[in-house]
Amino acid sequence: MSLLEVSNLRVEFPTLDGIVTAVDGISFKVEKGETLAIVGESGCGKSVSNLALMGLLPKRGSKVSGSAKFYLGPDTNELINLPEEKIQKIRGNRISMIFQDPMSSLHPFFTIGDQLIEAHQIHNSVNKEESTRKAIELLKKVGISEPELRMKSFPHQFSGGMRQRVMIAMALINQPELLIADEPTTALDVTVQAQILKLLKDLQQEMQMAIILISHDLGVVAGAADRVNVMYAGKLVETAKVNDLFAKPMMPYTSGLLASIPKPDSEVNRLSVIPGQPPSLLNVPKGCAFHPRCSFLDRVIGGPNLCKEKEPELIEKESGHFARCHLESHVVLKK
Amino acid sequence: MNLLEIKNLTKEFNAPGSGIFSRKKRIVHAVSDVSLKLAQGETLGLVGESGCGKSTLGRTLLKLYEPTSGKIIYSGQDITDFSPREMKPLRKEMQIIFQDPYSSLNPRHTVGEIVGASLRIHRKGAKTSEKLEIQQLMERVGLNPEHINRYPHEFSGGQRQRIGIARAIALRPKFIVCDEPVSALDVSIQAQVINLLDDLKRDFGLSYIFIAHNLSVVQHISDRVAVMYLGKVVEVAKTSDLYTRSKHPYTRALLSAIPIPDPEKERSREQILLQGEIPSSTNPPSGCVFNTRCWKAQDKCRTLEPKLAQIGSNEVACHFPEE
Amino acid sequence: MLSYIAKRFAISISILFAVSVAVYLIFAFLPFDPAALTCGKNCNDPGIIEANRVRLGYDKPVWEQYWIFLSGLFVGRSFGEGAALIECPAPSLGYSFHEHSCVTNSILEALPVTMSLAIGALIMWLLIGVGLGVLAARFRGRFPDIGSTIFVLIGTSLPTFLTGLLLLVFVVVKWRILPYPSGNYTPLTENILAWLNTMILPWITLAFAYAALYTRFVRSSVIETSSEDFIRTARAKGLSEKVVLRKHTLRAALAPLATMAGLDFAGLLGGAILTETVFNLPGLGRLSLGAVRDYDLPIIVATTILAAAIVIFMNFVVDILYAWIDPRIRVNA
Repeated sequence: MSLLEVSNLRVEFPTLDGIVTAVDGISFKVEKGETLAIVGESGCGKSVSNLALMGLLPKRGSKVSGSAKFYLGPDTNELINLPEEKIQKIRGNRISMIFQDPMSSLHPFFTIGDQLIEAHQIHNSVNKEESTRKAIELLKKVGISEPELRMKSFPHQFSGGMRQRVMIAMALINQPELLIADEPTTALDVTVQAQILKLLKDLQQEMQMAIILISHDLGVVAGAADRVNVMYAGKLVETAKVNDLFAKPMMPYTSGLLASIPKPDSEVNRLSVIPGQPPSLLNVPKGCAFHPRCSFLDRVIGGPNLCKEKEPELIEKESGHFARCHLESHVVLKK
Repeated sequence: MNLLEIKNLTKEFNAPGSGIFSRKKRIVHAVSDVSLKLAQGETLGLVGESGCGKSTLGRTLLKLYEPTSGKIIYSGQDITDFSPREMKPLRKEMQIIFQDPYSSLNPRHTVGEIVGASLRIHRKGAKTSEKLEIQQLMERVGLNPEHINRYPHEFSGGQRQRIGIARAIALRPKFIVCDEPVSALDVSIQAQVINLLDDLKRDFGLSYIFIAHNLSVVQHISDRVAVMYLGKVVEVAKTSDLYTRSKHPYTRALLSAIPIPDPEKERSREQILLQGEIPSSTNPPSGCVFNTRCWKAQDKCRTLEPKLAQIGSNEVACHFPEE
Repeated sequence: MLSYIAKRFAISISILFAVSVAVYLIFAFLPFDPAALTCGKNCNDPGIIEANRVRLGYDKPVWEQYWIFLSGLFVGRSFGEGAALIECPAPSLGYSFHEHSCVTNSILEALPVTMSLAIGALIMWLLIGVGLGVLAARFRGRFPDIGSTIFVLIGTSLPTFLTGLLLLVFVVVKWRILPYPSGNYTPLTENILAWLNTMILPWITLAFAYAALYTRFVRSSVIETSSEDFIRTARAKGLSEKVVLRKHTLRAALAPLATMAGLDFAGLLGGAILTETVFNLPGLGRLSLGAVRDYDLPIIVATTILAAAIVIFMNFVVDILYAWIDPRIRVNA
C-alpha cells in the first residue's frame, strides 16, 4: 500500500479578476521510501499543491477540495481540510517540509539551538535536555561541524548552504515518513547544491523516508528521483519512472523542456525552444492547455481541432508511464 | 587590437560595520588582480559562485564602479581614470543587461520611454523617427511593437528581459555585459532569450561578456570562458577546452557539480564533492584562494599565490594543475 | 556586546556635552539682557540690574559663564556675597529670581508629575496599541479591523488639547464623575486614589493619540511579518496558530516598538505642555511654558538641556534594548 494517495486535488483562489484554478484536479501516489519529483515551471501549481497537502494555504483566501490519504501504519489520515489541531500533529512530525530560500526561512531572533529544540518539543513530551541532545545529533548528521557550539549561533551567522542544512535537520528531527522539499537547492551555489543533494540522498537511505522533490531543474531530477510528475497550468500532464521519462517523453511539453536545456556535451548551435509562454491561470486555453505552444498538432489523429476542443485524459501509454496527450504512443517526441 | 583589455584590475569595498571606532577596517576584496582580454566579435563567459566577483568585475570594467587599482583599456584607450564626462561618448558603445527583469526597469516608464532613453541621451533625433526606430527594436527582440506605450508590470519576466535587451542594443553598441540575463527566468523562456542573444550577436557584430553561474548556459553561448573564485581568475580557456580539458581543480569540481539531465549518466558518474564553504571575501585565504577546499592542497599552496600561466591550451592559476 | 554598550555610552556623553554647549551659546547670544529680566517687569533701577548681573555672573565672558554653569552641576554654585548670598547645592542648574528658588528644586518638584503622566500614558497606549493592532491584523477586513481603523482615524485627527478639553467638558463638568483639576498634585505615595483621580484624564488624553498611531503601526507590522518565510516555517513545524503568533510573529513584529516607544516617551518626559496646561498639572511642561512667558532664562536653559539629555539617554537605552532583541544588530568581533 502506498504512503500517500492524492485524488483529484483542486485548489482555487478567488481573486478580483476571477477564480484562479492553481491546481486542477491532480492525482498521484507516493510509495514508502521513494523519491517522487514534481517538475514544472512557475505557475504550474507544484508548490501550491504541496502547501495544500500540509494545510499551509491561507484558509480565507483559498478553496481546497479532493482527497489526500496518508497511511501511517494502521491509521489512515485524510489530509485535505483536516481540522487545524489534527494537522498540526502531523506537520513537522510525520510530514515535514523544507523550502526554497534558506536565508529567510529561519527566525532571525532565535538561536539555531532554540529553533531545533522547539521542533522536537512540539511533538515529544520529553525534557529540554533530551531535545538538546537530539538537536546536536541531527546537526552532526547534516554535516555541521562543532554542533554544540553552533547551537548558540544565530541564523545570520551562517551561509546559505549551512542554513539549508539546519532546515533539513529541523525537518528530520522527528523522523517523518515523508519529506516535501520545495526547490531546496535552487537558491544555492552549484557546488553547495551537489553537497545538499547528496546529503538528502544519504539521509533518505538511512531513515527510509519518502521525498517529494519539487524542482524546475531537470538535471537535479535526473539524479535524485525515482519517479517524475510533470505539471503544466495546474494539471498533471505526464508521469513515469525517471529513466522512462527522460528516454521517451510522451507529452510535447516534456520533450520541449528536455530539448531546451543547454547540455554541456552537445554540439547544437541553436537551443530548441518552446514558443510562447505558460498561460495565465485566469485564462487557460480550451481543450489541451498546451496546444497553443505545441508543434505536434498535425501529427495527431483527429487533427489539430481535437487538441483545441477536447482536453486529453491522463492515459497509461506504456507500463507505468502516463501522459495527457492525444498523440499515439508510437510517435517519437525526443529529438 | 583587442576590443577590451583588463590588466591587474582590483576592486575593493569597505565592509559594513567598519565604522570609526572599530579596530580593523574590514575590506571586501571583490575583485583581485584580474587580467583578461576580449577580442572583437568574441563572447567571453565569466563563471563562478557567490562571492567570486563576476558581477562586480562586469560593472567595474564598464566604470559603473571606480576601480581600486589596475587598468582598463578599451579600443586601445586607457579609460581607467576617465571622468563621467569623458566616459559619456563611450557609453554608446558599451552596454549592460541586468539579471532581474523585475527590478531593473523603472516601473513608471513605458517601454517606449525605457528603450528610447538611450536614443534621447546620445542623439538628438526627431520624435517621430525615434518612435519608428523603437518599434523596430521591439520587433527585433520579439516584442509586439503595438505595446510601445505599456508599462513593465504588464509584461512577463521573459518579455521584460527582452525590453532590457532592446534598450541595450538601441545605440548599436560594440559590446554588452550580460549580467546573469537568464537566471531569473523559467527554463523554457531561458532558451528563447539565449537564442535571441545569439542572433543579435551575429546580426549586429556584438561582443559579449556573459556572466552566469549556470555553466551549461555559459558554455552554449561563449567562445572563451574564465572561471572565477573569490575575486580571482583561476582558469581561462576556449569553451570546448574548458569542458573537456579543464586543468584547475576548482573548475573540475564546478563541472562535476552540474547535474546532467540524463538519469543514467547522472547516477553513474563520479562526482567531486567539495568540502566546506566558500570563505568570506573579507578574509580570503593566504596563498592560493582555493587551498582551503582543494583536495590537492600542499604547503606551497597555503603560502605562495599561483599566477595565471599558459599550460597547454588553457591559462591556469595553480601549482599542481590537473592533467 | 559589552564593547557595543561602552561605545554607545561614550557617544551619548559626547553628544550631551555638545548639546549643552550649543544650547548655552544660543541663549547667551540672544538679543536681550538676562540681568534686566531678573527684577521683574516693572523694575528699571539700573543699580539693581547691575548688581544682579554681577551676582549671576552675566558680566563674565561667555565661555567662562559656561564653565561655571558646567562645574555647578558637580560642585554646586553660589551667587553673590554676604547678605545677598544664595547657594544652590549640586547639581546646580542656576537660580531663578522669578521662582525665588534654585532651578534644580523647581525641576525636582515638577519632575514626578511629568513622570507619572508619561509612564502612565506609555503603559496605556502600549496596551491599547498592541492589543487593538494585533486584533485588527488577526481579523483583517472584518469588524475588529474596521473598528480599529475608525479609532485610528479619530485618534490621529483630534489634537491633544481638544481631546483633553472634551474629556473635561463631559467627564468633569457634565457627568461629574471626576473632580475639577485643582492644580495640586498628590503624589502616588501619599494617596493613591487622589493620584488616580488627578492622572486618569490626562493619561487618556495623551494616550489617545499615541494609541491610534501605534495601533496602525502594529497592525501593518503584524500583517507584514505574518507573510515572512520564517513564519511559514514555524507553521510547517506543527506549531499552533496561537504560539506562532505569540512567540514568532510578535517578537519580530513588535521589535521596532522598542525604538518608537522609547523615543516617544523621551519626548514626553521633556514635558507634555498641552496636556499639563489643560489639566493644570504642575509638571515640566507647565514649568517651561511659564518660564518662556516670564522670560525666566535659567529655567528655560535648564529645561531645554534636561529635555535634550533625556532624549539622548533614551536613545542610548533604546539602542541597547534593540541590540538585545535583534541579534543581527550586535556587531560581532
